[in-house]
Amino acid sequence: MGLSRRDFLKVSASGGLLLASNLAPVPALARDPVPRLPEAVGILYDATACIGCKACMSACKEYNHLPPDHYNPSNIWDDPIDLSAKTVNIVKLYVNGTAQAKDQEINGYSYIRRFCMHCVDPSCTSACPVRALHKASNTGVVMYDKSACIGCRYCQIACPYNIPKFQWDQAFPQIVKCQLCSQRFAQGGYSACCEFCPTGASIFGNVQDLLKEAKRRLSLKVGEFADYPLQRVDSPNKVSRQVTPYLQHIYGDKEGGGSQVLMLANVPFNKLGLPQLPPTSQASHSETLYHTLYKGMIVPYVVLGGLFALIYKNTTGHGLP
Amino acid sequence: MAEFDETLGRNTVADSVPAGVHARSLTEFESLGGKVITKPFLVLAALALIGVILMLYRYMAGLGAVTNLSDGYPWGIWITYDVLIGTALGCGGYATAILVYAFNRWEYHPVVRSAVLTSVFGYSLAGLAIFLDIGRYWNGYKLFLPWSVNFNSVLVEVALCIAAYVVVLWIELLPAILERYPDNAKAVATRQRLERWLPVIVAVGILLPTMHQSSLGTLMIIAGHKLSPLWQTSLLPFYFLLSAIAMGFAVTVFESILSSMAFKRPYETPMLARISVCMAWLLVVYLAVRFADLLLRGAPVFTSGFLSFMFILENLLYLAPVIILLSPALRQSLRWLFLSAISMLLAGSLYRFDAFLIGYNPGPGWHYFPAPAEIFITLGIVALELMAYLYFVKRFPVLPTEHA
Repeated sequence: MGLSRRDFLKVSASGGLLLASNLAPVPALARDPVPRLPEAVGILYDATACIGCKACMSACKEYNHLPPDHYNPSNIWDDPIDLSAKTVNIVKLYVNGTAQAKDQEINGYSYIRRFCMHCVDPSCTSACPVRALHKASNTGVVMYDKSACIGCRYCQIACPYNIPKFQWDQAFPQIVKCQLCSQRFAQGGYSACCEFCPTGASIFGNVQDLLKEAKRRLSLKVGEFADYPLQRVDSPNKVSRQVTPYLQHIYGDKEGGGSQVLMLANVPFNKLGLPQLPPTSQASHSETLYHTLYKGMIVPYVVLGGLFALIYKNTTGHGLP
Repeated sequence: MAEFDETLGRNTVADSVPAGVHARSLTEFESLGGKVITKPFLVLAALALIGVILMLYRYMAGLGAVTNLSDGYPWGIWITYDVLIGTALGCGGYATAILVYAFNRWEYHPVVRSAVLTSVFGYSLAGLAIFLDIGRYWNGYKLFLPWSVNFNSVLVEVALCIAAYVVVLWIELLPAILERYPDNAKAVATRQRLERWLPVIVAVGILLPTMHQSSLGTLMIIAGHKLSPLWQTSLLPFYFLLSAIAMGFAVTVFESILSSMAFKRPYETPMLARISVCMAWLLVVYLAVRFADLLLRGAPVFTSGFLSFMFILENLLYLAPVIILLSPALRQSLRWLFLSAISMLLAGSLYRFDAFLIGYNPGPGWHYFPAPAEIFITLGIVALELMAYLYFVKRFPVLPTEHA
């Protein structure tokens, strides 16, 4: 039995529908970008004000009940070299050449804190198949629910900052990540790292206020003394500090659709290990493509119907597989 | 039970079936008979045993104890080989079903059943690999509860679709199992009922792989900049789908030649040549789209160092079967058909390794190469697959009847 042109066209039409939607370079039903939540909270980290004391790391471990992480085999100190399931916040050091001047790209050095950026439109929550990672509806904090997690680690593949960490050494493992100490919010508390930061390098607050504060700092005159709020963006406690140069860029304002953690520095952020991301989130790319194909399951049902009609006709007079 | 003809060493199911059951499907396939426990079978059993012991250890000591996976490379060969390549190798049933039922090419019908058989084991064991890989497997059932699932997650589509397809594949294999019991009235009745449902089963059996094989590619879109631009593109689902179908054809040719060789049966050369040509045209489309896409995006094809080397190797492996099979003289030769099938299987496999591991770079300082225990678990799964295949072709009517 030969293949008639009509049959070929029918198959091409049904199967081709699915392919055609893949092939379109600009999907027709692009998903709207996610706006910032009005009550979203976050952290502003200012590398130029950071003195690398690691008080934030110590406070983070204490208030989140995290065990010490031993890099050195002597097992004396908590000395993590990177984020892990035991360390969800770390202060790293960028060094170049003679490392003489602070916050200078060439022959200088800079501190950089790394922890969850709490994206506005996170890749991890889009990737998670069981909503174990989800954004809190009011604060926008990216939360982890171990009772839902299946341990597939797709969040680790998805996160542009490599934030979610997995307990590789456990028979019953969990994903571990920074949740901005949201367990302390109910009692009026806030992120421990900010509470114990002595210089105002890390401050907690509403993201809109943090953005305003970041813009204020970028507009300050280098060499003059200015007031820097301590602990919280709306805090009455301030320290006076001589302003050092800033790179005119708020990392996290636009990166990957924006994040609730914002960063200032004077060394280019890619040198500090932060990726250069496009202004649209990767989650919106993935979901746009995915929903173009599967919106209301219309395309799959149409293809199924076409296939059924075709196969029903073709199998008349033939046996089982 | 079917009678067993000692001299021919072959099950004669077809002759002992009551009238009223469809004649075609009964004379078309036969079981090989013979001993199941042979030397190669015992070697496979030993490998499977090592694999199972290591699997038990994985559940007691955690994933870190048996794998080289890390927070930088959370997915390793269990996902890339066992799931991605395993299910693509299991696309034989899907690819031949498209040819036979959708394109109405019944001359390929004799290879459908053995193709479905490899698909059944490829997919079932990919499912097993997923349960080995997920860390919190006791929560795995939540994937199947609509109220606990995130429908924005590409992984949900992949998981549900693969699970559903495993069920469909076993239903597709059921006639072969039931045919072994021609005297059992219940078995005969079930087969007749299945025959009525055939168009539905086959339509679902074509739709599901189309969905999840493409979605396996979509999985990496969200990895964004962590995947090299040589592989990161919105066309990932298209490439994964096309190469999976091509691998389905290749594995059908590969398996047919290999089983003819192993069981000393006549070769189906003309049919295999025609299947191979279908595969070649599919590859022409694949390569044309792939290179147009790279050109439009201005991807760094030659300037990515080791990645460029892997990219070129991968695409040469895709190109080789096209060159071989578009030559009318070469495709009449069994040797060249076999080589082009192997080249295609390597191409599709390398493409999957490239797109999920080799081209994936989470940042400086991260490395991955599978640990010995990780490799042995994968080998154990492959051994289980081959053992099940050997048992089935010897005990159930799966392979095409010899017309000698």
